[in-house]
Amino acid sequence: MSDTLLNISGLKTWIDVEPAPVRAVDGIDLEIRRGETFAVVGESGCGKSMTALSILRLLPETAEIVAGNAQLGATELFELTERDMRDVRGRRIAMIFQEPTTSLNPVLTVGAQVEEVLRRHGRLSPQAMRKRIVELLDQVGIPDAERRAGEYPFQFSGGMKQRVMVAMALAGDPDLLIADEPTTALDVTIQAQVLDLLRKLQRERGMSILLITHDLGIVASMAHRVAVMYAGRIVEVADRQQFFASPQHPYSRKLFEALPGAEGRGGALAVIRGQVPPLTAAFHGCRFADRCDFAYERCGQGEPALMPVAPDTSGHRVRCVHVTEKGRFPARSRPVAVTTGTLGTGAPADAAPLLIVRDLKVHFPIRKGLLKRTVAYVKAVDGISLDIAAGRTLALVGESGCGKTTAGKAILQLIRPTAGSVNFQGAELTALRGEALRGYRSDIQIIFQDPYASLNPRMRVGDILSEGLLALGVAGHAMNQPGVRDLARDAIQKRVDELLDQVGLPKDAQRRYPHEFSGGQRQRIAIARALAVKPRLIVCDEPTSALDVSVQAQILNLLKSLQSELGLSYLFITHNLAVVEFLAHEVAVMYLGRIIERGTVDEVLRSPAHPYTQALLAAVPRIDKDVNREMGSGGTTAEAAKQGELPSPVNTPAGCHFHPRCASAKDECRREYPGSSTLTRSHVVNCWKYPIGK
Amino acid sequence: MFLPIILWTDALIFVLLAVIAAFAFYARQHEHLRAPWRRVAQTPAAVSAAVVLLAFVAVGFLDSLHFRQAIEPAGNAEAKRPAGAATAYAPEVKSVLDVALAHLSSRTERTYSAPLATHAYAKETMEVPGRGQVRDYPRLRNGGAHLKDAETEWGWDILLTVFKGMGLALFAWSIAAFLLLIAVKPTAPAYASIGAFSDAVWRGKTVVPWRTVLITLGLIFLIVVPATLLARGYHVLGTDKVGQDVLFLSLKSIRTALVIGTLTTLVMLPFAVLFGIMAGYFCGWIDDIIQYLYTTLNSIPGVLLIAAAVLVLQVQMEASPELFPTTAQRADFRLLFLCIILGVTSWTGLCRLLRGEALKLRELEYVQAAQAFGVSHWNIMLRHILPNVMHIVLISVVMDFSGLVLAEAVLSYVGVGVDPSMISFGTMINAARLEMGREPMVWWSLASAFMFMLVLVLAANLFADAVRDAFDPRVRVSPRNRHMAEAAAA
Repeated sequence: MSDTLLNISGLKTWIDVEPAPVRAVDGIDLEIRRGETFAVVGESGCGKSMTALSILRLLPETAEIVAGNAQLGATELFELTERDMRDVRGRRIAMIFQEPTTSLNPVLTVGAQVEEVLRRHGRLSPQAMRKRIVELLDQVGIPDAERRAGEYPFQFSGGMKQRVMVAMALAGDPDLLIADEPTTALDVTIQAQVLDLLRKLQRERGMSILLITHDLGIVASMAHRVAVMYAGRIVEVADRQQFFASPQHPYSRKLFEALPGAEGRGGALAVIRGQVPPLTAAFHGCRFADRCDFAYERCGQGEPALMPVAPDTSGHRVRCVHVTEKGRFPARSRPVAVTTGTLGTGAPADAAPLLIVRDLKVHFPIRKGLLKRTVAYVKAVDGISLDIAAGRTLALVGESGCGKTTAGKAILQLIRPTAGSVNFQGAELTALRGEALRGYRSDIQIIFQDPYASLNPRMRVGDILSEGLLALGVAGHAMNQPGVRDLARDAIQKRVDELLDQVGLPKDAQRRYPHEFSGGQRQRIAIARALAVKPRLIVCDEPTSALDVSVQAQILNLLKSLQSELGLSYLFITHNLAVVEFLAHEVAVMYLGRIIERGTVDEVLRSPAHPYTQALLAAVPRIDKDVNREMGSGGTTAEAAKQGELPSPVNTPAGCHFHPRCASAKDECRREYPGSSTLTRSHVVNCWKYPIGK
Repeated sequence: MFLPIILWTDALIFVLLAVIAAFAFYARQHEHLRAPWRRVAQTPAAVSAAVVLLAFVAVGFLDSLHFRQAIEPAGNAEAKRPAGAATAYAPEVKSVLDVALAHLSSRTERTYSAPLATHAYAKETMEVPGRGQVRDYPRLRNGGAHLKDAETEWGWDILLTVFKGMGLALFAWSIAAFLLLIAVKPTAPAYASIGAFSDAVWRGKTVVPWRTVLITLGLIFLIVVPATLLARGYHVLGTDKVGQDVLFLSLKSIRTALVIGTLTTLVMLPFAVLFGIMAGYFCGWIDDIIQYLYTTLNSIPGVLLIAAAVLVLQVQMEASPELFPTTAQRADFRLLFLCIILGVTSWTGLCRLLRGEALKLRELEYVQAAQAFGVSHWNIMLRHILPNVMHIVLISVVMDFSGLVLAEAVLSYVGVGVDPSMISFGTMINAARLEMGREPMVWWSLASAFMFMLVLVLAANLFADAVRDAFDPRVRVSPRNRHMAEAAAA
């Protein structure tokens, strides 16, 4: 095939760790054609990134390519000397990484960093060099490129940094661009901008892109062809249309089913039981068999080959005995073993509020000079009001930097609010100090985003779970009296067993350390820790954003069932609108420290009133049923959405905070912050488009 | 018979050894602590260094068991002593090492003599019966005294002793090796017999590199045993100005070096850990005060501060001699004080590191979760922050050790180090200042101090390196997996 750009066959990359090597990539074949976007999808730990790094031979010291070859055009990459390989990197294959903040050198100007790449790949006169840098930055949509080239990375926002990374990748004019989760660290609106940019560049240059992602939405809007990776192997390859119309491998299907959305409301999400198997041992059958609902004895006997689904569709191949040997996949209607049916819909909407927050403000002073005089304030939270009723979930939605996490911590009094009131069942928490506040600590708890940072690695799970019990004495005894210590120990032991059972972990987990658990299990431990003191309200700070789709489904199901069992209320802080749709009852959308729209889930997500909410919704890459639609067609609202970025909370724009990014901004928007307009009894929006008050 | 004396530094050494033993016991039961130490034990350079260090520690420990000998009245002691009278003890405090090396310390010469010499280093005028006054190199009192005709027998005697010593060393080594192998033989079925195990050791196939241990041990034996035999008749490393055996001085210096290296850390740790964690955890004005403190302390030249403190102490000690019944006790107190003042001036580096780490840790979510439970600040620091900075403490303690040993030498050279009556590498080097200026040059004092310090500090550095690597998850410490290649081939 003449249009093949990169052909990888039999690639095996192993990581050398004790006690046995991890077969991160275990024999994959793939072929990337000129000018196409080839997406590799899969959960973390499936070997996606290792594949990309193997192609560039940029593996960490402990990893090694043990077999296979990779042909780029006529060049055999794995046989080049390191010196020749350096010419391939950047010039023929370039890579952009996940985290733009750490990919740029903070002490060099952006222009200098682009220049470094140019210098490596050709001689240019200083003037020509200068022109080329500006041209490249211009190409990736950096406004005022002439001036911005002389600025340092800290003067750029996250999205702009990722654009600079793309410019650096383009500097060598590569044939293949490897993008390893290029937008995972970015907000949805910025993500849409970067994806648009990649699409545009590909159209203009006819470059191939190897896109590595876990987000099926991005795949749907970007890829020409898709490969699904599981446990170091490719289990399915297909064109985008074929893949989204009829995914064949049970794993691919599960990935679709585990996506939260409105359909799942009231019920439970499909989950893939268990987790990706450890890649230390050799496999004797299908690698997915242990987690597959359709596995039968044949699956354990020899790994199925990657075979075409049907004789006429050579482009769609799958590694599953059902498809390739029986010729047909079992019906989809077979019930999922793990789901527990309906999980309830929470308490009625008109229940009495448990938590009332009024005009909550958190301002961080910026101090300068010798005497540390306060020169300005970061208005992280600037007057938010919300109510949460018992047994209900309020989702607080917004981009990163809008102050939603600070708001959560201020409600918990982990950060003392500057002004406003937090009223929990009649008690004014902002006025309480020391012991009096400790009395309310058991009522409100928090679950954090990163399950790796939220558990002390030096403490055993049992100690982690009992910490709250010891500190707050919830086990029913005063812990500081020596006489009841033994009694208390038994009570604590019982409670820890109970908690582990509640979150679906085995009892022996308490004697182990956090590092022995996977991300999902760790998040279960974090949930159990919060539950230990029998809270009424849990602040969930993006509890699933660090997790894979299938694990996210498990955690969301758990949270939902705990709510219906224990009547918990959640303040669910997230940027993921799909999760909101699945879990929340009410939604509040935050922008730059203020709530700009709030209402029930149906009101806000079905008929968004504020232009920002509309923009957020439009920017989410959707897996459309109509898979043949033009890629990247966003519609006018989406285009409006993708303009600009979140301004700094130090210099908030005058008038409506959103007006610099708003397509329908009028004069009054620039002058004054809009008051609240009540659309329905529960739906309130702050925008000049609607009559104020009512 | 004798009265055990526990000097201040002895007590602290015993405490330190007990703490290390307790930590080892604790680490055995905690996988996250045991795993890195296991990696250390699998590094050949580290185990080799550890063997050398242990040999030094053994010498230092023997030198820390102090006592005063009872004075036996002349003649029949039991008969003459009045019943019930308190036993009188010698004013001199001795250590077990002193007793073991009595033949070295007691047999002094009049002045300098070269290593293994039989004659003095400088010509003297002496009366020779029958020849009147002659100017020649006089025979030494003890060096080679057993030789009748020094000129002809000397070479052969030394060669013979060395060979005898080597033979004896090999014999002793094989016994020691056999006992060691029996002691450490794993219960795994692959090593059912001692033969299978020793075969594995020989081919270097064991997890812990026992072969390296045995080789290092063998080298130590090959040096120590011949040297011991030679020392019976000669001064192996020569004698110093007042005729003291340099080998004896070097061995006595080891304890001083170890005490300075370890006890200073012990003094420094509470400051560094407490202040560092407090500064990082509380931030605000507590951080300001602590930072101000260590910045100020850091900007005073260390040697000046130490010199001032030592000089003040010296005056105080001379003003109240009744506090120190023996010179050893006085010297020991000064050594302890030196450790304290070195510790007080050297905690800033570690403190700064720990402050930075605590600043990072306090923002971590598990600390915030603990705050959400209302756990007290003290408990958060103790349970959440301290265990997570322990690796930094451990690494810097091991790294600091060698620096402190060298610092002692420098300070003694400047004259503000240990008590002049105390033997240390620093005082030896200080004395060498004049010896190097002589013609012909007296080189052996400096060379001995240099060699002993080199071996000690090198072993400590190699060991510290391995410890640092083992606690750094990004560095691969173990040799490349053999099964990786084997599995790939399959």
